[in-house]
Amino acid sequence: MTDLLAPVALTGRGFLVALGMAGSIAIFGARGISHIFRPPFYVRLFVRSFVEFAYFSLPVVAMTAIFSGMVIALQSYAGFAKYGATSAIANIVVVSVVRELAPVLAGLMVAGRVGAAMAAELGTMRVTDQIDALTTLSTNPMKYLVAPRLLAGTLALPLLVLVADILGVMGGWLVGTAKLGFNSHIYLQNTFDFLQSMDVVVSVAKAAVFGFLVALMGCYHGYNSRGGAVGVGAATTNAVVSASILILAFDYVLTELFFAR
Amino acid sequence: MSAQPKIRIRGLTKQFGDKRVLDGIDLDVPTATSMVVIGGSGSGKSVLVKCILGIIEPDDGSIEIDGKDVLKLEPAAQEAVRGEIGMLFQNGALFDSLPVWENVAFGLLARHSVTREQARARAGEILTEVGLAPSVGDLYPAELSGGMQKRVGLARAIAAKPAMLFFDEPTTGLDPIMGAVIDGLITQCVKGLGSTAIAITHDMASARRIGDQAAMLYKGRIVWQGEAQHLMDSGNELVDQFTHGRREGPIQMELRR
Repeated sequence: MTDLLAPVALTGRGFLVALGMAGSIAIFGARGISHIFRPPFYVRLFVRSFVEFAYFSLPVVAMTAIFSGMVIALQSYAGFAKYGATSAIANIVVVSVVRELAPVLAGLMVAGRVGAAMAAELGTMRVTDQIDALTTLSTNPMKYLVAPRLLAGTLALPLLVLVADILGVMGGWLVGTAKLGFNSHIYLQNTFDFLQSMDVVVSVAKAAVFGFLVALMGCYHGYNSRGGAVGVGAATTNAVVSASILILAFDYVLTELFFAR
Repeated sequence: MSAQPKIRIRGLTKQFGDKRVLDGIDLDVPTATSMVVIGGSGSGKSVLVKCILGIIEPDDGSIEIDGKDVLKLEPAAQEAVRGEIGMLFQNGALFDSLPVWENVAFGLLARHSVTREQARARAGEILTEVGLAPSVGDLYPAELSGGMQKRVGLARAIAAKPAMLFFDEPTTGLDPIMGAVIDGLITQCVKGLGSTAIAITHDMASARRIGDQAAMLYKGRIVWQGEAQHLMDSGNELVDQFTHGRREGPIQMELRR
């Protein structure tokens, strides 16, 4: 009987651990947000995190957006040509890129680049007592390390995604005009006609949420890392994996919220 | 002694899981006295110091500083008490993303609203006090040797002229000569500032150089307290075995749990 119940007990334990961690992350996030609005404000640290998020992630996000737009154009052409609906390709590209691909792929790229670096940096600070040292120097580590990063992530990713929206559409336009023989003017006209301001608003809103999640996961796992180099490695992996999963989960939730009829 | 001690600890307990690390610590550290706490690895020395610093919250007991129980103070008042403390960590714990001068002046910039130029100038002066050239301030911690990192850590600890100084294994990882140099600097800084100090160490030579008084922690309790000069001839079995490094005696090393 005991053996039969073992999987149930294991599932229950796993569920309780997951629930505990969700609560712990929620409290950590709430504390981080509260420190954003209370002085002292570490403007230099915010600027440094913002530059790390926005400027240094620009190349990888730009490349991802361009190639994604190009692939969408090619794939949709291959499919739509069978039904003689190739004129809808510009519409498909702009909707796919702006509503989904740009925010999700930019979020995933930034999670891999900045979220991992954040977890590694804070994790190293934790295991080498640098976070404790902050406390002894009259500096609240949540305010000094976490709040500027949360704010930077939330504000920087929308900017990156706006750039990715433009470059993704350009990628589709490039393939459409150079390879598939579309008229440049008509392609762009279709794109602008089909694009709604709500699409851009949702794209930016998703990016803000994803940027916050990337920063939150990087900070949470780094800040709470234990056990030397192995612990820092695990924190880095956990930061990227959890941020990626949360980005996809929240993408569904936000899409349901904004677009479900 | 009738005078109120600078630090008075009573009944301090802390448990992690089923392991009771601190089991009712009672300890008095008189003002302007240097107290050395010795004890084996895992005996709770670091946890004791982290409790006093407010990094770890104890389960029970009191920590009075100047007669006020800091555990019962409001966060802002706790912050003010912490502002009177300087700490030298075992591995230096220097902020590796900041240059040395900014490490040294970190507390000044955080607490005293000095300008960056003033903080930089002050950092140069403090670096000189611990035997380093002001130009070292432009380097990053990763570019320094272990001994230099300890000196920078000490400079950071004393920068705000704290009333209390804590040292966690200040000579660990240093050669004997550098260890003696660091001990000399610590003594000079503590006496110069008139600070109350607590140092935790395994190094008996260092303990006698730094300490006025000493206490031994064993199984979460203070088992002996006396003059640091009597560490090697305390007459306490536990202290004698530990200070002389004898394998045989009442202290049994826990090889496995």
